[in-house]
Amino acid sequence: MEEIKRLTCIVCPKGCNVEVLIENGQVKEIKGNKCKRGAGYARTECVDPRRILTTTVRIDGGEAPLISVKTDKPLPKSMLMDCMKYLNRVVLKAPVDIGSVVVEDILDTGVNIVATKKVDAVR
Amino acid sequence: MKQADIVVIGGGPAGMAAALEARRRGVENILIIERDKELGGILQQCIHNGFGLHIFKEELTGPEYAWRFIEQIKKENIDYLLDTMVLSITPDKIVTAANSTEGLVRIKAGAIVLSMGCRERTRGSLNIPGTRPAGILTAGAAQRFVNMEGYMPGKKIVILGSGDIGMIMARRLTLEGAEVKMVCEIMPYTKGLIRNKVQCLDDFGIPLKLNCTVVEIHGKERLEGVTIAKVDEDRKPIPETMEYVECDTLLLSVGLIPENELSREAGIKIDPSTGGPFVSKTMETSIQGIFACGNVVHVHDLVDNVTLESYIAGRAAAEYVLGGKN
Repeated sequence: MEEIKRLTCIVCPKGCNVEVLIENGQVKEIKGNKCKRGAGYARTECVDPRRILTTTVRIDGGEAPLISVKTDKPLPKSMLMDCMKYLNRVVLKAPVDIGSVVVEDILDTGVNIVATKKVDAVR
Repeated sequence: MKQADIVVIGGGPAGMAAALEARRRGVENILIIERDKELGGILQQCIHNGFGLHIFKEELTGPEYAWRFIEQIKKENIDYLLDTMVLSITPDKIVTAANSTEGLVRIKAGAIVLSMGCRERTRGSLNIPGTRPAGILTAGAAQRFVNMEGYMPGKKIVILGSGDIGMIMARRLTLEGAEVKMVCEIMPYTKGLIRNKVQCLDDFGIPLKLNCTVVEIHGKERLEGVTIAKVDEDRKPIPETMEYVECDTLLLSVGLIPENELSREAGIKIDPSTGGPFVSKTMETSIQGIFACGNVVHVHDLVDNVTLESYIAGRAAAEYVLGGKN
């Protein structure tokens, strides 16, 4: 069975139109991407679509009420909402440094949640 | 009066890059004036990723991109004033600013770099008829509420305009549990980047209605709904296509305007096609020794390009003040 999937690559702002030829569930050919990363994106998008999640979590005793965070690797797309629900219950304690892991291995996905901002404690 | 070799107005990506480049070129006394409580400008509320692919060859979030520059500013010991609003600049480069600790501050600058960025167009610039209830705000204002202050602007949301901020907020509000009913775009195409249509709207099944606009606002105290309609080739609403959509929040993502009140008052010539100052290839405005860079000149799609442009302005400002001293 042959199938052609048409995707718009989201790796960079160029947004290439990519065609993926799938034969019996296997990626056979990738066309239209202008770089290697586009091919990588198209391949995973067809077998196991993933996204980087960026959001905020609450922080106590900090200069700001929230701290921005992201996943250190792309998450399976189907897990985005579950991770949001989990993160909405997390409350961190200031100070938190940029780059520090604030949740390890979220919901057994092997993905960590990392702070993307430094929030100092209120003096 | 205080003195500075270069005064940089605005501590966002443009101002920070200009200041750093001027320092690298040997300028000692640089002062950045920022009205917010931290450096970084609008990047601080842009918590999504996609910044820095050109400059750093990796994908960063807004706060991370800002942080890389803030660290360098601190390392280089470049002075900056926070919570400080510049009130005026003059052609002979006197900067007047105000803050709550020092009151009125006047600084004589050798050169000035304008890097005030841009702001969003509001309901006022669209002339949508109807009442004036709460619940109508720009996408960027909503972004600040959600990402920095921890407030949700509403539960049922319609977004007018398919600019990047609007689409990014469609995803953000969906992730936070709101129902984003649709994004309406008056033009026959998306205004923002196609990747944002894919990853912010398509991923979450949010409908994008092209050739469509909001023609009426309903609700007295709080927004209750909007009437949307398709538009014809002249972008005039077609009455037969009018449809009522219940919502408590309307976000506007209908364009950005370079913020040039200070430039205008100083007599700097403004290009009507960009809304920003006319600049030379070294980013010098119509007044010698006053340079401009970033979104105050014209609205950029990518912050990486703002940074590159601001290096040019910072270098030219440095050459201007150092040349004058020799």
